[in-house]
Amino acid sequence: MAEIHDHNELFGQPEYQEQFEGKKEFENVHPDERIAEVAKWTRSDEYRELNFAREAVSINPCKACQPLGAIYAALGFAKTMPFVQGSQGCTAYFRSYLTRHFKEPVAAVSSSMTEDAAVFGGISNMTEGLENAHTVYRPEMIAVSTTCMAEVIGDDLRAYIKQSKSNGAIPEELPVPFAHTPSFTGSHLNGYDLMLKGILEELAGEKGEPDGSINIVAGFDTYSGDYREIKRMMRAMGVNARVLADVSDVVDAPNFGSYDLYPEGGTTQEEAAAAINAEATFMLQRFPTVKTAAFIKSDWEQEVVLANPIGVRGTDEFLAEVTRVTGSPVPYELEMERGRAVDAMVDSHPYVFGKRFALVGDPDVLLGVISFLLEMGGRPVHVVCTNGDKKFKRAAEELLATSEAGSDATVWIKKDMWHLRSLMCTEPVDLLIGPSSAKFLWRDTRTPLVRVGFPIHDRHHLYKETIVGYDGAVNLLKLIVNTVLEEMDRAAIDTTSFDLVR
Amino acid sequence: MTTPSAKINQTTKAIDEILEVYPEKARKDRAKHIAANDPSGTCSGCAVKSNVKSRPGLMTVRGCAYAGSKGVVWGPIKDMIHISHGPVGCGAYSNWSRRNYYNGTTGVDAFGTLHVTSDFQERDIVYGGDKKLATIVDELDSLFPLARGISVQSECPVGLIGDDIESVTKAKTADIGKPVVPVRCEGFRGVSQSLGHHIANDAIRDHVFDKADTDIETTPYDVTIIGDYNIGGDAWASRRILEEMGLRVIAQWTGDATLAEIANAPKAKLNLIHCYRSMNYICRHMEETYGVPWVEYNFFGPTKIYASIREIASHFDETIQANAEALIERMKPEMDAIIEEYKPRLEGKTVMLYVGGLRPRHVIGAYEDLGMQIIAAGYEFGHKDEYQRTYPLMPEGSIVVDDATPYELEEIAKRLKPDLVGSGVKEKYAYHKMGVPFRQMHSWDYSGPYHGFDGFKVFARDMDMTVNSPTWSLVRKPGETATATDAPVLKAG
Repeated sequence: MAEIHDHNELFGQPEYQEQFEGKKEFENVHPDERIAEVAKWTRSDEYRELNFAREAVSINPCKACQPLGAIYAALGFAKTMPFVQGSQGCTAYFRSYLTRHFKEPVAAVSSSMTEDAAVFGGISNMTEGLENAHTVYRPEMIAVSTTCMAEVIGDDLRAYIKQSKSNGAIPEELPVPFAHTPSFTGSHLNGYDLMLKGILEELAGEKGEPDGSINIVAGFDTYSGDYREIKRMMRAMGVNARVLADVSDVVDAPNFGSYDLYPEGGTTQEEAAAAINAEATFMLQRFPTVKTAAFIKSDWEQEVVLANPIGVRGTDEFLAEVTRVTGSPVPYELEMERGRAVDAMVDSHPYVFGKRFALVGDPDVLLGVISFLLEMGGRPVHVVCTNGDKKFKRAAEELLATSEAGSDATVWIKKDMWHLRSLMCTEPVDLLIGPSSAKFLWRDTRTPLVRVGFPIHDRHHLYKETIVGYDGAVNLLKLIVNTVLEEMDRAAIDTTSFDLVR
Repeated sequence: MTTPSAKINQTTKAIDEILEVYPEKARKDRAKHIAANDPSGTCSGCAVKSNVKSRPGLMTVRGCAYAGSKGVVWGPIKDMIHISHGPVGCGAYSNWSRRNYYNGTTGVDAFGTLHVTSDFQERDIVYGGDKKLATIVDELDSLFPLARGISVQSECPVGLIGDDIESVTKAKTADIGKPVVPVRCEGFRGVSQSLGHHIANDAIRDHVFDKADTDIETTPYDVTIIGDYNIGGDAWASRRILEEMGLRVIAQWTGDATLAEIANAPKAKLNLIHCYRSMNYICRHMEETYGVPWVEYNFFGPTKIYASIREIASHFDETIQANAEALIERMKPEMDAIIEEYKPRLEGKTVMLYVGGLRPRHVIGAYEDLGMQIIAAGYEFGHKDEYQRTYPLMPEGSIVVDDATPYELEEIAKRLKPDLVGSGVKEKYAYHKMGVPFRQMHSWDYSGPYHGFDGFKVFARDMDMTVNSPTWSLVRKPGETATATDAPVLKAG
């Protein structure tokens, strides 16, 4: 067998190292000493001050834009084609970005607007686009969102859809919910919220007597395992629970040897229609569901329960609320699971207690992870939430105040990962928890990264796990503890501390 | 004009069937973009239409002008900071997804993986983003003193709200004493990434040439690598060959490039262009303005590499020509050994390719070196130039498709049953579901390099591991029994 080196080994070879040195002749490089000096300066308190003084530029922000969230919400409904009114490049980006996380095909179409649409408006693109998408892809619902282009030129989705139906481009009876989702407002979380609200508004049935069921909205939750875990827990409780925007089987479809544009799964229109008569709707993430919650309260006159079932206490509270609403007690099966999770946490506590953490991600995931860390005696130090608002900051601070372990923490909203770099350089921590894009902080500070959140593009299949419920607590624990142990072994590889039993 | 052959007629019939699903207008339009291949070029109906708008609502694979400029051409210039100017998404989605490898200390003297954005909010749309842009340039200048320049990569709203980034960047260039380059690559311009390449080329012409300092000594052996984005280290593997030929690569565009290298190029004796689609514009400009000739080359697979080495050498003296022959002689046994190992495992396998604007034609030779045959090929954003260069390379009656929709590609795959599909990440997992071996031909599936002698080895290894992976034999429909005959038959390697 020929010896074959790919990029991982190839460029470390002397031939290439020489090439890189030689190339500098043409590069106009700075002297090594100057680079080292500036590198050191970027890690200083002085640099941190300069970095935090910036008002205009954003560097490595931890957020995506509204239409991506809108597409994600739409994927949670059966046989639904997400349709994005605006420039086509956006849709290519959304599809790629989601695909890299799930390692699954993501279907979505664009109305491919160009310069002429900027002048004349996007009506003809929308009419033709809806007709083509409906004819070729045979969806049972088309969920329309917008890019900045359509928003800046002022496309009126309600009118355009009405017109497309009245001129026969698509059937009158085809549900075509919509959401205006400009990328210059909010983040992917708000896009999710608006699209979900649009879909529920479109599909809601007649208001009747409450039917004893509950609705569950997972929020912008990018773990297919979470949806499955939530449904399993509800089955264990004997609760008739309906997950709205259930993406689990759509973004984690089986390989049966054929490609289905609409994988089996997703919330059906019948289920969505029935949701209006549930006893209550549980929002397992509150920040991507603000508008949807307000809609359900006012239009459906239904109770909305906020819960965040990450960690043991978060799960306890969620299940207690389910019991309160439905009257179904927590069964022994779930008590067993709780007991096993607690047992694992007790066993592993020495490796998490007192460890200092930097956290970055979406608001509800951060709240859940903070709650879990406090349960373990882990100490959140830097909490960075690019798309967090004052309400998040207050919620996080209140949560941190419940434990002594939370006393080192500062919560930063509307800051980015370049801010976090300064924080981690000047006030180092032991571990970093965040999405794949946080790996550059790992590189710059050598702080081990535990991948939790979205997107996870550089590790395989973590999205299939659950981070909610008691089993989710065990998974989080495994991710964190085994990262600590792996790093401990790596550091001890040439020392006497290379233990066999940990 | 001659009557189309039976092969062509048969393929044409299949294409008609595939298109039946479309509404009238879309069908008529798409019919112009898919054809049975006629290598001789005599069949008048066999040329595909290209570089025109995608049909709304059909799932085009294409991206936008911003992707072509920031994502492809400007983004890899490592010692400049590229501002994704507008809302947050574009920069987030394009960040570091193209694997344009570079040397340097990120955040200090290199900036390739930084996502720098003006993160437009509603007020920026209402009041304009020009003031914010000026502040951003100042902030970047103070935070990153070693950056050699800044580019402003416009996203859709910038052009729609009437911002004057040209004035801002002109003033800021004077203020900070470094080039601040405006690039009007708003995503709604043009029909694909392609116009973004062109706009990006023009911005180099207008804002770098004759403006940025360059003071290198020149020699008779100075060449450039143009249109190699160093994906997984491609440009480095190519540079190795050129240096071993005795040539001096004074600029690498734009993989692992510095601003100085962009400015160096007009001093070359010969520009060598790999990705013709994205950079032919600037090569033509350098030829017209600075008298620098250019030549296309292809460093995929030994057959094309040998031919390209000889073609390049023919533009230089006997020393270089002798070096070229010596290099080929030295490398041939290594390449033959790779072919000897992998050809028996891949011989006769068929391939469908659907990539951007270069690779479908450029990688054909590399597959053929391994005994594989291309049965369908298409470009996301190719122009007439690409297709004319592609027809002669493809078998008669194979399928050529422009701006294909995933539906068309899947239907082609169902009918032609390729043993391997090469395309992008959006397409990849649909083929996995279909049980069809697939390799990403944009990102090399996070492998690479694929260019040059070093790259061909990796290419051969990767195609083999995917075509002959035992995982495909596990795929079955619910209720079916997997049988021994489902397992791939491996010839002795």
